Amino acid sequence: MTVAKRIVLHFPRRLVDRPIICRLIKDYNLEFNILKAVVTPQEEGVMVMELSGEQDNYDKGIEFLTGNGVRIQALGQDVIRNEERCTHCGACLTICPTLAFEVDPTTRKVNFNEERCVACGLCIKACPPRAMEVHF
Amino acid sequence: MAKTIKEINEKIKEGKAVVVTAEEIIDLVKEKGVKKAAQEVDVVTTGTFGPMCSSAAYINIGHSKPRIKLGGGRAYLNDVPAYTGLAAVDILIGANALPDDDPRNRIYPGEFNYGGGHVIEGLVAGKDIRLVATAYGTDCYPRKKLETWINIKGLNEAVLFNPRNAYQNYNVAVNLSDKTIYTYMGVLKPELGNANYCSAGQLSPLLNDPYYKTIGIGTKIFLGGGIGFVAWQGTQHDPTVLRSEKGVPRRGGGTLAVIGDLKQMAPRWLVGASMLGYGCTLTVGIGVPIPILSEEILKYATVTDDEILAAVIDYANAYPNMKPDIITEVSYAQLKSGRIVVRGNEVPTASLSSYPRAVEIAKILKEWIASGKFQLTEPVAPLPGVESGVTFKPLKERPIED
Ligand code: SF4
Ligand code: SF4
Repeated sequence: MTVAKRIVLHFPRRLVDRPIICRLIKDYNLEFNILKAVVTPQEEGVMVMELSGEQDNYDKGIEFLTGNGVRIQALGQDVIRNEERCTHCGACLTICPTLAFEVDPTTRKVNFNEERCVACGLCIKACPPRAMEVHF
Repeated sequence: MAKTIKEINEKIKEGKAVVVTAEEIIDLVKEKGVKKAAQEVDVVTTGTFGPMCSSAAYINIGHSKPRIKLGGGRAYLNDVPAYTGLAAVDILIGANALPDDDPRNRIYPGEFNYGGGHVIEGLVAGKDIRLVATAYGTDCYPRKKLETWINIKGLNEAVLFNPRNAYQNYNVAVNLSDKTIYTYMGVLKPELGNANYCSAGQLSPLLNDPYYKTIGIGTKIFLGGGIGFVAWQGTQHDPTVLRSEKGVPRRGGGTLAVIGDLKQMAPRWLVGASMLGYGCTLTVGIGVPIPILSEEILKYATVTDDEILAAVIDYANAYPNMKPDIITEVSYAQLKSGRIVVRGNEVPTASLSSYPRAVEIAKILKEWIASGKFQLTEPVAPLPGVESGVTFKPLKERPIED
């Protein structure tokens, strides 16, 4: 059985320049499609990809990644904004690595573009009134 | 053609006062000129909504049976310690207070999910709050322990009393070091990764009355969604600060101490906040009306973002070490464009105070005044001005030797 899943990979600093993905593809015969990749201020690498292949190989590949210290999140994990709590201050604007927040130049309200969010989680604790929430 | 506050109040009573916000007045004066606008406009409303750490509420919980004297004992509101150095059942909760078991920055950066600011927000929202207190017991106040739910509705008094709010102007914070720092100005990324500011700029109360010509002790204001008053100059009030030619402070400048009945306020305008790696605070909404008594006062109230400069300061080294170094100055117009240039680098900007909420406050206050339900007050005493010579002094340490 083949599977195709969208996942978020968090690479600790020490792994950022290692050929992990290369080995993942070669050794486990998986196909991938990188949707987004960024390096956060903590110098953690965040990569969102679609990974597909035989279930067996897929499971082993994930095992290989986590065994090497890569943290994996399913993209199904949604980051949403609690509109009641958001004060439209803008503190999140420069925190988000994918620039998912934007100021409307006339109202100066902060728009949240969910499509751009890679669920890296950085804005969750950086938002002073804690309006950004992770939902599983 | 000078007006008086009394005359303006007559017009407010009749529902005839002309009220505009500090944003609207800019275009109006451009269109009509200062002279005509000063004749027509009676009041300009301002607003600001940002984290203001020096904020607190005091409450009187009423006497239990038998009586307990919390003064000199200990009291906790939802596990957050309250100050008990007052009388038997008066306690004070400060916005920065943290539960005793909060890990603080032991796990760095600390999250500070719940503190005094959140307790104040909960009280205002009408939520039940858990009060746990211990006392030493006296002949007249024999009880030693108290555990009860309290609610703002049942309290004798609940008063918001903020020793320092509404900073006239404020620093722009950046980080020149090579690692991320966590400050009261938000998360600052290394090597000028971002720049954070915290002022409503052209809408901010004291920037529209830079020499405190109308705002004084006793001025009635919008506070936390209810009505409050300027109680005093705020702590660290610094009128003698560097100013532009037009009198606009280019550094912190003046501050206000404000007071008001918490029972009439609303949680939309008093929001508990958590600054990652720094602590808890309270986001406070304040709006101050400026009576247009003369053309001069109107001119001050037409200040625009490009005329207000703020100092860019390194929060990795200069700020913590009390060094006076300023990297550069930028205007709020530049800050609001989303990018400023610092040492030749383009630096993205973000605000900690909410401009849309400041606009909303100025509009609510405008509505209150225009509909006749909010009359202006004559200040009972002025705030210390430039001539007072008041400055903001650093601590001069004197070592204690045994
Ligand atoms: S930091 Fe939080 S409250 Fe401020 S605009 Fe972003 S999501 Fe809204
Ligand atoms: S979780 Fe927050 S910071 Fe991360 S990508 Fe999504 S919106 Fe941006």
